[in-house]
Amino acid sequence: MSAMKFTKDHEWILMEDGDIGVVGITDYAQDQLGELVYVELPEIDQVLGGGSDAVVIESVKAAGEVKAPVSGSVVEVNESLVDEPEKVNNDPTGDGWFIKIKVTDVKELDELMDEDAYKEYIDEL
Amino acid sequence: MSVTPEPRTVFLAKTPLYDLHLELGARMVGFAGYHMPVQYPHGIIHEHLHTRAAAGLFDVSHMGQVRISGDGAARALEAMAPMDVADLAVGHMRYGVFTADGGGILDDFMVTNAGQYLTLVINAACKADDLKRIRAAVGDGCQIDELTDHALLALQGPAACSVLGAIAPALADMPFMTAADVELAGIVCAVSRSGYTGEDGFEISVSAAEAADLAKMLLANDAVAPVGLGARDSLRLEAGLCLYGHDLNPQTTPVEAGLGWTIAQVRRSGGERAGGFPGEARIFQQLAEGPSRRLVGLRPQGKAPVRADADLVDSDGSSIGIVTSGSFGPTVGAPVAMGYVGSEYRKPGTIVRAVVRGKPLPAEVVRLPFVERRYYRG
Repeated sequence: MSAMKFTKDHEWILMEDGDIGVVGITDYAQDQLGELVYVELPEIDQVLGGGSDAVVIESVKAAGEVKAPVSGSVVEVNESLVDEPEKVNNDPTGDGWFIKIKVTDVKELDELMDEDAYKEYIDEL
Repeated sequence: MSVTPEPRTVFLAKTPLYDLHLELGARMVGFAGYHMPVQYPHGIIHEHLHTRAAAGLFDVSHMGQVRISGDGAARALEAMAPMDVADLAVGHMRYGVFTADGGGILDDFMVTNAGQYLTLVINAACKADDLKRIRAAVGDGCQIDELTDHALLALQGPAACSVLGAIAPALADMPFMTAADVELAGIVCAVSRSGYTGEDGFEISVSAAEAADLAKMLLANDAVAPVGLGARDSLRLEAGLCLYGHDLNPQTTPVEAGLGWTIAQVRRSGGERAGGFPGEARIFQQLAEGPSRRLVGLRPQGKAPVRADADLVDSDGSSIGIVTSGSFGPTVGAPVAMGYVGSEYRKPGTIVRAVVRGKPLPAEVVRLPFVERRYYRG
């Protein structure tokens, strides 16, 4: 099982070196949303509280937000999504990553679901 | 991000194609009291593009289909709508609106002269109210039949003609905005050359019992794909076609909505059957002097979609209007919207600002449609 952690709002976070976490949305989320047509990324250095809106995303039918799974500050954003938002649909847990954050307190990750727990969670939706 | 599954507690009716939608893998939503497909597995953008490239098949059975027969039928409709129904030739159809006393719009509809009767197609959300008013207007002289045992299908796109022509060759030359009773592989249908996508296409009224067979027959043609309400909305928006409840409502007059063309000369001031519809005073005033606000097309200059209910403001931030429809247009490849602006802002090329997430985003006023209409002209 990968080290990915998941939120009830269908975001994932995967820790890279040290305290840097990569953030995206799950396959379930991209399927529900439909093909993305717009992504608005945050600024570098923006400080995000856990659960706060980090990225604006829009499909044909609806607007939504990707929330920061845990608190941190933005260190990198996936600029390619501005011109190719459909990357999120095609590879939500790989090339479709949204932002990387420097996590304020890695202990916050303990409150998130692991892969098995998330699978159970979406089965019951 | 949040995704909310559909609530399951509300009673919803099923159209005759409900089982077929599920078989085709549709994602269903509750719409105007019905289970309706919003999309199928390939998704809204795919369905939209397929319709403009080939042919899309839509289930629009939720809409009201009403037959009015009897001598006073046309006159009764003319007392409810600023349009020419009395001179509508047999086999022809027209688009019109029901108006209210203030000149606002109560519903938009298609009326067909089918010879023995007039057929109305009215919006699902309005059909109960429309029927009440129609019954009151026609009185005892006319019979009103709501075709609750009929489905309504739409086949739209450049391939629609060859798909239907393969089944019933006479349909290939059917002029735009005409209708006829036709047998499609032995199934009796009322077919019109009309639609809501800006493309060539047909709308087909068929008995509920035979609807699924007809739909499957059409879907058996490789050129045809099932299309849901999501793409129906993006298609009509790109075509600059109004949606009741958004671009049209009891506070918008047909003149403000750019539908003055539906008001035939014979019903205008000085015409043989001038007036005699609700809202005549305000509508005549607007026809004479111009309305103070106008529905326009909007092209947001950035990539962010601008959606219904967004405020429109000028460079000082003062309110100048409101967005009534907006989405991403897959054929345009960019956001498109429609909204009402004060008439001084209606000139194409004018830059206005749409407030999205608290920020004023520039948008250019443009002529409708966003995508050229490709109706059959013979």
